[in-house]
Amino acid sequence: MKNVKMKLIASRKIAENTYEWKLTDDYITQRARPGQFIYIAVPGFTLRRPISIADVDQENEQFTILFKVVGKGTEQMAHFPPGMTVDCLGPNGNGFPLEMEKMGRALLIGGGIGVPPLHYLAKELVQKGMDVTAVIGFQSKADVFYEGEFAELGETILVTDDGSYGKKGYVTDALPDPSDFDVYFSCGPRGMLKNVQHLLKDKTGYLSLEERMGCGVGACAACVIPTNTKAGHKKICHDGPVFSAKEVLL
Amino acid sequence: MTDLHVQLPGLDLKNPIMPASGCFGFGREYSRFYDLSLLGAVIMKAATGEVRPGNPTPRVAETEGGMLNAIGLQNPGVDQIISEEVPFLSRFDTEIIANVAGSTLEEYETVAGKFNAAPQVKALELNISCPNVKEGGVQFGTDPAMAKEVTKKVKAVSDKPVYVKLSPNVTDIVQIAKAVEEAGADGLTMINTLTGMQIHLPSKRPLIANQTGGLSGPAIKPIAIRMIYEVRRAVDLPIIGMGGIRTAEDVLEFLLAGADAVAVGTANFQNPLILPELIRDLPLVLEKYGFRSVTEATGKAVMN
Ligand SMILES: Cc1cc2nc3c(=O)[nH]c(=O)nc-3n(C[C@H](O)[C@H](O)[C@H](O)COP(=O)(O)OP(=O)(O)OC[C@H]3O[C@@H](n4cnc5c(N)ncnc54)[C@H](O)[C@@H]3O)c2cc1C
Ligand SMILES: Cc1cc2nc3c(=O)[nH]c(=O)nc-3n(C[C@H](O)[C@H](O)[C@H](O)COP(=O)(O)O)c2cc1C
Ligand code: FES
Repeated sequence: MKNVKMKLIASRKIAENTYEWKLTDDYITQRARPGQFIYIAVPGFTLRRPISIADVDQENEQFTILFKVVGKGTEQMAHFPPGMTVDCLGPNGNGFPLEMEKMGRALLIGGGIGVPPLHYLAKELVQKGMDVTAVIGFQSKADVFYEGEFAELGETILVTDDGSYGKKGYVTDALPDPSDFDVYFSCGPRGMLKNVQHLLKDKTGYLSLEERMGCGVGACAACVIPTNTKAGHKKICHDGPVFSAKEVLL
Repeated sequence: MTDLHVQLPGLDLKNPIMPASGCFGFGREYSRFYDLSLLGAVIMKAATGEVRPGNPTPRVAETEGGMLNAIGLQNPGVDQIISEEVPFLSRFDTEIIANVAGSTLEEYETVAGKFNAAPQVKALELNISCPNVKEGGVQFGTDPAMAKEVTKKVKAVSDKPVYVKLSPNVTDIVQIAKAVEEAGADGLTMINTLTGMQIHLPSKRPLIANQTGGLSGPAIKPIAIRMIYEVRRAVDLPIIGMGGIRTAEDVLEFLLAGADAVAVGTANFQNPLILPELIRDLPLVLEKYGFRSVTEATGKAVMN
């Protein structure tokens, strides 16, 4: 992890209030693993904003992030012009485990703005020769993004809360038979993760968590999550954001 | 050459810049960004007698020009800090200051006594101003009689210099400063955070799980400057100043108001390289305003 000033290559709106950035930086692209995030400085704000890495193009030294405008910081980010230099820390955190013995078939479960890190994960898993099924959920049709990107990588089940696109309901209503999978990975709102953790409690799974952060590097203990391990509280920015579903107490 | 060196009780500082307690852990994370030997000193995260899990989350909230925090003294306990963290920090050529916290007089004594037996620790910072724990903490720092009592008790078990960290959540900070001076404090560090609150509109509830949190960052700088100025005028103890420092100009402002050295907290979160950058920039700023050394600038605004 390092403090890097990088160039914003392209910014485009890809869904309701949702933006996709392409950034260029060789330090990040050489190191980033699915599930890691960058910690972006927004001029005028005390704290940086954590955003997951959604794709990496090693060859062109570019990577992608997606973010939703939810407050003042992301609002300002939506107006960053291409060509601008962006000040980031990264890549932060541990990322999803990719080196496991029995991981032939993976189930990916994403909700809303938790979907982006699963895209990079799906790409890497497919490259390792695994079968990927993605269940991705959005509030409404206007919020949907990356349906095509996921469909290229494996079976994709799309749901919306209001039924305006895909199946109606929550991702947890649309899960395929768990016995068809060796492992699952999930990212999304805390309530969704809690349901996923409960429904799939017998499976090996990994959850990517969010929490409000201070330092973003493991120094301030702002972003903790209780666990059932000897370590007690773990730091989401440093020990996570990805944790074994069996260890975190949501 | 501008002289950055500062000599304080127990502390031989190559420069007056150090991280503030709680914002720098035990240095491990920031040691990945630069060599901690650059720093004048390191003030460690608060230590209590036993391991503490801290408060529920959210523990931080961003504010205009600052942030609120209610970490709740999460720490691995004094024994582990001495066995694991102090040895790590002592690999660097910098002075180690231990931040001592507790809920009872006995706990303060125990923690201070244990650090006293650790030769690598050069001074104690007595944290009687943490606003984020239910019992103890801040109440020792807001009542002059209690502040005096806890300082006396800790002085009695410590051969190392004791710097008392003052709370700004008081009507008259000079009264507290005088009380701890009488109790034998060797120095002061100031200021800790100011108690605040933010309401989260969607939930219509306080955003921070602890409800209140301590305000830090640039928003509190004028308060810190005013308090240091007042205390410098009334009390003879050396002062390590803090509260919203982001630039070398800010450092000079603290020195002029009466600080002998400074600590930087929240600014590390935005810029992990802030401390080496301040050390790099400070000589230029001192020179620009006609100072040849840090000590020459200290208290200049107060003497007239
Ligand atoms: C590890 C991690 C990865 C993330 N990945 C993405 C992503 O890929 N795309 C995306 O759109 N969002 C992501 N988020 C959430 C994103 O960080 C917040 O939506 C964003 O910080 C909101 O900033 P704001 O200024 O618009 O909101 P404000 O509410 O104005 O922000 C105020 C403060 O609260 C913090 N904050 C607010 N909401 C959150 C939240 N949900 N999580 C953490 N901090 C928050 C902000 O960082 C800021 O410090 C991620 C969060 C984490 C922790
Ligand atoms: C996240 C956070 C944690 C803190 N933890 C401690 C602590 O453990 N002990 C302490 O004495 N002060 C603690 N403080 C207060 C700082 O040391 C400092 O006094 C205050 O933040 C003002 O400085 P700043 O504006 O540069 O951050 C903490 C501050 C923050 C922001
Ligand atoms: S944000 Fe500081 S420890 Fe995670």
